Amino acid sequence: MPVTHPVKKYEFPECEGDVLHVNDLHFSYPDGHVALRGVSLRLCEGDKVALVGPNGAGKSTLMLHLNGILGGGGEIEIGGLRLSPDRLPAIRAMVGLVFQNPDDQLFSPTVFEDVAFGPLHMGLPEDEVRARVDSALEAVRMSAYKERLSHHLSVGEKKRIAIATVLSMNPKLLVLDEPSAGLDPRARRTLIHLLRDLPITMLVSTHDMRLVQELFPRTIVMDDGQIVADGLTMDILEDEKLLEAHGLEKG
Amino acid sequence: MHAEIFDRFHEAESRLHRLDPRVKVVVTVLFILSNALLPDGAWAAFGLSWLVLLGWNALSRLGVDFTFRRSFVALPFALAAVSAIFSPIGKPLADWSLGPLVLIPTDYGVIKFVSILLRSWISVQAAILLVAVTRFPDMIHAFEHLRVPGVLTTIVAFLYRYLFVLTDEVMRLLRARDSRSAAEPGRRSGRNVVWRACVAGNMAGQLFLRSYERSDRIYNAMLARGYDGHLRTLNPHVLHPSDWAYGAAAIFILILLQLVGRF
Repeated sequence: MPVTHPVKKYEFPECEGDVLHVNDLHFSYPDGHVALRGVSLRLCEGDKVALVGPNGAGKSTLMLHLNGILGGGGEIEIGGLRLSPDRLPAIRAMVGLVFQNPDDQLFSPTVFEDVAFGPLHMGLPEDEVRARVDSALEAVRMSAYKERLSHHLSVGEKKRIAIATVLSMNPKLLVLDEPSAGLDPRARRTLIHLLRDLPITMLVSTHDMRLVQELFPRTIVMDDGQIVADGLTMDILEDEKLLEAHGLEKG
Repeated sequence: MHAEIFDRFHEAESRLHRLDPRVKVVVTVLFILSNALLPDGAWAAFGLSWLVLLGWNALSRLGVDFTFRRSFVALPFALAAVSAIFSPIGKPLADWSLGPLVLIPTDYGVIKFVSILLRSWISVQAAILLVAVTRFPDMIHAFEHLRVPGVLTTIVAFLYRYLFVLTDEVMRLLRARDSRSAAEPGRRSGRNVVWRACVAGNMAGQLFLRSYERSDRIYNAMLARGYDGHLRTLNPHVLHPSDWAYGAAAIFILILLQLVGRF
């Protein structure tokens, strides 16, 4: 069982219409491994939240639930809409999930086609698709890469394109799985600026505690399929016992 | 994310699992050969053959109906034998005319068709049982011991190895596409069939590129760890007297089967 520590209870900002509401989520993989043991959390409009925890804590599993790729027991509401199989297309328009490995995210031959996939699938008219692709690429500062082959970009570039592929769908909630993993310092710095400037609610899983410190006012700590702490980042980063008990280090 | 749908090995503690893979492969091949050689309409022999199979099922401790439940995959292939019903030899049973086409099923044809069906159905179950009780590396090892050309065993081994890599890659691509297959209220999503086909085509291309590059990397990693064209297993594969005895008993039963079928 994970060790829990008394952390100053985070005061949820009063908000109308939660962006994300997860209630008592449970999930086991087909091989019997229990990945989530009753996860509950709420995100408000504009929240930027870091999700930290050791490998195998259930962070990625939780993220795959948020747009219905995995379906366990419990309730998930996105923007007031309860997640259910028939609402998946609507949910997926609201949740932009960016996988850890950008190669998992990109499946089209050119950058343009990849970024345009979401809006095209949503049935938007052509000029709006073009406008969205342009603004998404602009937001990740990759406008010059439109006609490039995604296959031949560097990891940092692929990462930014991967983020653009969901930005073009105008999501309500951005879910990023370890965005800074494998980036060199400059690419990482560019990414930090990018995430800081994006005016979207985001939940970001990461091991990069300096990134957490710099970008996210709120931090959720997961271990062994449970949320063991949820509070202000500065409080959690000061609690060395908590960090140590869950295999984390202050940046 | 691991595709385990292709792994047909079923863990259990049984004599059949412990039996030397060479004996299992040889007996299975001989069993299939024996079924193929049984004359048409040798119902008693077919029944006996099926009983042998049930016995093996029981021996494997996987359940008497284990292979039966999995045998229907082979059913579509049996359709290839349908034309046998309309054999020109034998007594006509009916006269079906479909427009200009006249089909005449004959008694000889029906017997031939049912026999083919039984033969393939029983044989497929033997193969299903073989892969359920033998680990894949052991099977490859058995093929090598039985002097199957190295090129063939290597191709089979790699095919199996990369099948998993490939399906994992496919699952990742599909997951990425699903994640962004969204809809807005009041708007038709998914564009049209042509566009979706183009996307699927692009994905297939990506799959080829990625698996090609990945297979290169995996192969390099294998070479780096001293791969020399042989898949090794910890099982020493020594033929014990009991393995010989099992093999001999099985061959004796198969000879008996042939005798029953012919006389």
